[in-house]
Amino acid sequence: MKAPILEIRNLHARVGDNEILRGVDLVVYPGEVHAIMGPNGSGKSTLAAVLAGREDYEVTDGEVLFDGKNLLELDPEERAREGLFLAFQYPVEIPGVSTATFLKTALNELRKHRGLQPLDAMEFMNLMQQRAALVKIDPAFFTRSVNEGFSGGEKKRNEIFQLAMLEPRLAILDETDSGLDIDALRIVADGVNALRSPDRSFLVITHYQRLLNYIVPDVVHVLYRGRIIKSGTKDLALELEAKGYDWVKEFAEVTA
Amino acid sequence: MSEQIEQVDVLEQLTSEDYQYKYGFESAIEEEIVPPGLNENIIRLISEKKGEPEWMLQWRLQAFRYWQQMKEPHWANVHYPPIDYQAISYYAAPKRSKQPRSMDEVDPELRRIFEKLGIPLHEQEMLAGVAVDAVLDSVSVATTFREKLKSMGIIFCSMSEAIREYPDLVRKYLGTVVPPNDNFFAALNSAVFSDGSFCYVPPGVRCPIELSTYFRINARNTGQFERTLIIADEGSYVSYLEGCTAPMRDENQLHAAVVELIALKDAEIKYSTVQNWYPGDKEGKGGIYNFVTKRGICLGENSKISWTQVETGSAITWKYPSVILKGDNSVGEFYSVAVTNHRQQADTGTKMIHIGRHTRSRIVSKGISAGYSNNSYRGLVRINPQAENARNFSQCDSLLIGDKCGAHTFPYIEVNNPTAIVEHEATTSKIGEDILFYCNQRGIDTETAVALIINGYAREVLSKLPMEFAVEAQKLLAISLEGSVG
Repeated sequence: MKAPILEIRNLHARVGDNEILRGVDLVVYPGEVHAIMGPNGSGKSTLAAVLAGREDYEVTDGEVLFDGKNLLELDPEERAREGLFLAFQYPVEIPGVSTATFLKTALNELRKHRGLQPLDAMEFMNLMQQRAALVKIDPAFFTRSVNEGFSGGEKKRNEIFQLAMLEPRLAILDETDSGLDIDALRIVADGVNALRSPDRSFLVITHYQRLLNYIVPDVVHVLYRGRIIKSGTKDLALELEAKGYDWVKEFAEVTA
Repeated sequence: MSEQIEQVDVLEQLTSEDYQYKYGFESAIEEEIVPPGLNENIIRLISEKKGEPEWMLQWRLQAFRYWQQMKEPHWANVHYPPIDYQAISYYAAPKRSKQPRSMDEVDPELRRIFEKLGIPLHEQEMLAGVAVDAVLDSVSVATTFREKLKSMGIIFCSMSEAIREYPDLVRKYLGTVVPPNDNFFAALNSAVFSDGSFCYVPPGVRCPIELSTYFRINARNTGQFERTLIIADEGSYVSYLEGCTAPMRDENQLHAAVVELIALKDAEIKYSTVQNWYPGDKEGKGGIYNFVTKRGICLGENSKISWTQVETGSAITWKYPSVILKGDNSVGEFYSVAVTNHRQQADTGTKMIHIGRHTRSRIVSKGISAGYSNNSYRGLVRINPQAENARNFSQCDSLLIGDKCGAHTFPYIEVNNPTAIVEHEATTSKIGEDILFYCNQRGIDTETAVALIINGYAREVLSKLPMEFAVEAQKLLAISLEGSVG
């Protein structure tokens, strides 16, 4: 068995006085897809933000190992360079910076970190074209400013395109399905599936089971009130869909 | 590429002691100190030192009399303690004794910035005022270069030299675009101007290279009251570069330059500036006050004047490069990026005065404010009654970094002809934490992210600069904003 890519132990985090994560434990191995489900306000997006290194959150207890390294000690850009990618729930617009320029800068930072030479313009263009085809992105995106004037669906697809370009070892999808119609959802899911590999793990955060019809997880966790209260196979997601979150809340009361 | 190498060689030679000795006009006045204060005797002294003809002296004296009647303007959105004009020395010879002998003696902070800008060592030495002992070829590149221009009929020399060698041209055009009584600082400059550039391009000639003060002998230490006059005769073209991206330090706090451009029929002048005077420390102490009057006139039909500026330096910038569109079908352009950080204040913009028919102007202003700075765009678009079918488009964007700085836009539009089409667009945006975190999450550190965003924002203006300049200007923007976030 390979060493885990991500190990979260007893993670506590808060914003101000409001404790949101209250002891999360999670282990993800290379190649695995884990889904994290839970009702609104359960801490799903907070978990994603804490892992990515957002400053607004204060970690009060616990530890996170990323490929054996203490993740919480690293700056957000160092985490990214180590291979952690977050597909944002609300991707920002960066006026005046084309997607191509943005990704070239990002990719060359990652390459520098890995001791590789930067890609030249031709190599980079070729890579962009190849990855765009993989996730079915129109190359017209390359010259447009990052996310500027994009529809909700286009923004999400651009996140998956960036994922394809940057080839992380762990990709966290933070409610990537929110605001997508069924066609867009399928395109995004196809992109993710095309990027699944034995060396790459996914943490798929979602409110609905729907996405998991297309991205089939190895493990499903239910996060409730800042704790993972139940884990299971993909069937757990279906059961949740059928019975609602009230059903699992009972577990929380038992384990609390 | 070969042009770049050539440029470096020229620099090396221009800065060598031998060279200055050979051609230096300054040697005679080197050790002399003119006492502070301004009166007619000082002006007579300056004119005499420079060996000027009587008409030039009278011109200066007339300007001085205007200046005495004028009051320092205070309508700009800048604030500074009162300037004591009698405490300033109006004739400062270069201080050779303070020249560093090698780069090791140069302020490490300055060296660090040079390195970040990627300025070649020779150029660094020149900019830092290092005394370079270079062996001179019998035929120097600079001389070859001057010979080439001369063979095309292009005159490019210092203003002092032009007054002596080409008095008819100077008399014909000096003060015709910016009259000595134009404003307080222009009057002051007219009375006491130290030196500057003079350029005349004859009819039908396209100047084959970008003219810059790098190539002009005696270019250094003319900064305080610089006077520049560029004339493009019928059907000619010239591109002129002023300043440089490297930080420029100067002992004189007050700078009041005047630049006049004259484009005759079918002529085009492109004037690019990178201004990086010392902005003062983080508290705003000690920076340069830069009060500049720049104006061009499209005198003939189908002429064009284009100003491009990247302003990152100075504690205070007061500057409105303008175009008077007199000839029919003439075109005026203004492209500007003005960065203020820490306690810097900039009030800058342009005036487009449409007089001729079918005249067109375009204004693209990009202000970037960070720290506690204040950045104002002030622009006038005036369509005179006889300017049939005039058009103007203005784009004024502001970018804020942090929440302690200010951005202000003061557009003035005066339309006196109903056929005019005048458009004004303005935007304000902010580099917020969300954008920076997004960049960080992609492996891009904050400093690089700011540079990326700034360059994207300023691209339209930077693309107007000559290539090599544009690359340096891009790095300069990033350096100017160092430490403004995070």
